[in-house]
Amino acid sequence: MRVLLTTALAALLAATTLLAGCERPPVDTVQRGYRGTGMELVYNPRTAVAVAEANQAPAATEAASPDGPKAGQIYKNLQLLGHLSIGEFTRQMAAITAWISPKEGCNYCHVPENLADDSKYTKVVARRMIQMTQHINADWKPHVAATGVTCYTCHRGNAVPMNVWFAPEPPRANASFIGDKAGQNTPLKTVGLSSLPYDPFGPYLLGAQTIGVGGATALPSEHVASIVQTEQTYGLMMHLSAGLGVNCTYCHNTRNFKEWDGSPPQRTTAWHGIRMTRDLNNQYIVPLTASFPATRLGPTGDVAKVNCATCHQGVYKPLYGAPMAKDYPALLTLEAPSDGLPAPLAEAQRSVLYFGVGSAVLEADQAQGLSTVVATLVAQPRARASISGYHSASGELSANQELAKQRAFAVRDSLVGAGIAPTRVVLDKPLVAEANLAGEDPAARRVEVTVK
Amino acid sequence: MAEYQNLFTQVQAVGPANLGVPLGPGHGPRTGTDLPQVHLFGRLGMPQVGPIYLGSLGTASLIFGIAAFNIIGFNMLAQVNWDIVQFIRQLFWLSLEPPPPQYGLSLPPLNQGGWWLMAGGFLTASILLWWLRMYTRARALGMGTHVAWAFAAAIWLFLVLGFIRPVLMGSWSEAVPFGIFPHLDWTAAFSIRYGNLFYNPFHALSIAFLYGATLLFAMHGATILAVSRFGGERELEQIADRGTASERAALFWRWTMGFNATTESIHRWAWWFAVLCPLAGGIGILLTGTVVDNWYLWAMKHGVAPPYPPVFPPSVDPATLLQGVK
Repeated sequence: MRVLLTTALAALLAATTLLAGCERPPVDTVQRGYRGTGMELVYNPRTAVAVAEANQAPAATEAASPDGPKAGQIYKNLQLLGHLSIGEFTRQMAAITAWISPKEGCNYCHVPENLADDSKYTKVVARRMIQMTQHINADWKPHVAATGVTCYTCHRGNAVPMNVWFAPEPPRANASFIGDKAGQNTPLKTVGLSSLPYDPFGPYLLGAQTIGVGGATALPSEHVASIVQTEQTYGLMMHLSAGLGVNCTYCHNTRNFKEWDGSPPQRTTAWHGIRMTRDLNNQYIVPLTASFPATRLGPTGDVAKVNCATCHQGVYKPLYGAPMAKDYPALLTLEAPSDGLPAPLAEAQRSVLYFGVGSAVLEADQAQGLSTVVATLVAQPRARASISGYHSASGELSANQELAKQRAFAVRDSLVGAGIAPTRVVLDKPLVAEANLAGEDPAARRVEVTVK
Repeated sequence: MAEYQNLFTQVQAVGPANLGVPLGPGHGPRTGTDLPQVHLFGRLGMPQVGPIYLGSLGTASLIFGIAAFNIIGFNMLAQVNWDIVQFIRQLFWLSLEPPPPQYGLSLPPLNQGGWWLMAGGFLTASILLWWLRMYTRARALGMGTHVAWAFAAAIWLFLVLGFIRPVLMGSWSEAVPFGIFPHLDWTAAFSIRYGNLFYNPFHALSIAFLYGATLLFAMHGATILAVSRFGGERELEQIADRGTASERAALFWRWTMGFNATTESIHRWAWWFAVLCPLAGGIGILLTGTVVDNWYLWAMKHGVAPPYPPVFPPSVDPATLLQGVK
């Protein structure tokens, strides 16, 4: 009898250990696609309660009067938000303190004796982060829509947001003969404890490695993606799924993940979100690396970077889509206006010319950039000039496409005017066009000329 | 009186060891003459252990197999910095990965897939030698070679996954890693990359044969167990007592579904279903990437699967909407 009891206990213990990683049934399923296609979202009502409690937006403080002197006239070294009234400015600063350093207070960023002093790194970082928030709200509407974000979306009362990522530690130096893991097969939370490649962020949220791996045509084509690349994409998708607390079917068609046809519209939002995250890491976060003390940096000396979970924190819309930003209008518009056009690129084989917002007029100083290409074409009578027009992401797509075409025509006319035969000038559709995805980027409003 | 049942045999026949038929000239000796009888084994099958015929093929197969097993094991151990505790904890995650894509079919450095290539070569040698051993041992007993050919069907799938398809694709990196979870992730990634393997008709056939084989096995096993009270599992009694076991079993199926397999044909059915499972599966894998790049699009193009009415507003790849205009 005792033996039997021990055996039963051992079996129970083994079963408990094996199932410890599982959630107990029942779960709720929500159908959202055509019947029978498995387009279902699965929720655990027991864990959902805790997640819901942890993701409530704080109530907005009472709006301040826009009257009175401007903050910029009163405070020194005020590089941002100077256009706010002193009341609005104080309210915004108090809100930021409550969102980021509720315990440490103003002195987390400011030197109490001199509020204008920039000697604390936190103040330098915070200033740049205000600009980043404005950039997200103004230029990344395809992802954040009118809801927008505030500092609280990521910080939630923490100086460092709870979900950030660092580059993983490189493999041991002595592992050159045996035991290479090929960057995978390690149970880490970043990839949902799977054996998928454990750095799903570096290649996609910092670099711009191609995410789409599925075959684009029924039969083999130029599209080549290895299984390793597929597993990397898979790792990134595991992060998205965990970061948003959703299944694959939230964005993807169950029948074919590659096909956009039949995909829920959320996939488009997520597509822009990945580009937004990449943009924020490269434009705002990585350039701040030198500002941070060593204790804030990762194992390879890199800065804490953002991913989907930084804002979402396990919820399909951060804070369940609570429209927090509308109560803090200073965070909604970008303050630093973009400066003039970049100088044209003039190389022997290639030239890049830039255009003003909404303009297809080739300015005289930009046309100068064609001189080297014209010289090459004159020297090589058999060479041809290939022209591709581009536009920025703001505004209507159809109008923009027409604009890009008109820009290409302007450059063609200029080349013909310089004595190049019209038969030697060809208009080409650009191969890759994934640089400027939202807002006005001066570098996107361009025409590229290549000698072929 | 003691009861005789055939899954958990309560009465074990214990007697002098059966050493098997005499081996003709040209055969090595069997291993083990003083054969043990294990009671626990007797609960599941025969209590007698051995004699084993190892021979030169078996010995060579074991040497290659152990070499492959050790290469994989020591690579996994090195991955956790030779920590036995971590080796056990992370065992299901650890893996010996094939070379990265940039090496194509060339010889990679030892630590960049070279070990994988070596382990794969040794394992293939071991398996092929074991196949030869099964073939020759069956012939030595004057049996047919059905077991060897069923094993060959499994070897076909193994070779397609690890050798034939990677060679056709021009890259060792297409092959399956040696690891528990990693090979499952490989499977999922493979399906995602090639547009959902459920639309691959050979995958569907393979699944049909897989489930079919288990169904046939269940039907056959159940039938024989059900008539074991009449001695249905014993060959001699079926002949001695006609109209009891085998005939009842046959009549049962005619009563319930109008048709019955014979005691011979049921094994043929089961054998073919089992063998066709890896054969069809191997063809499906072989065509993936070499002949078809996206099985879903292929199935839609050829009317294999129906399109469904749209539920969401149409989505297009945002990358195709950006900037570039001719």
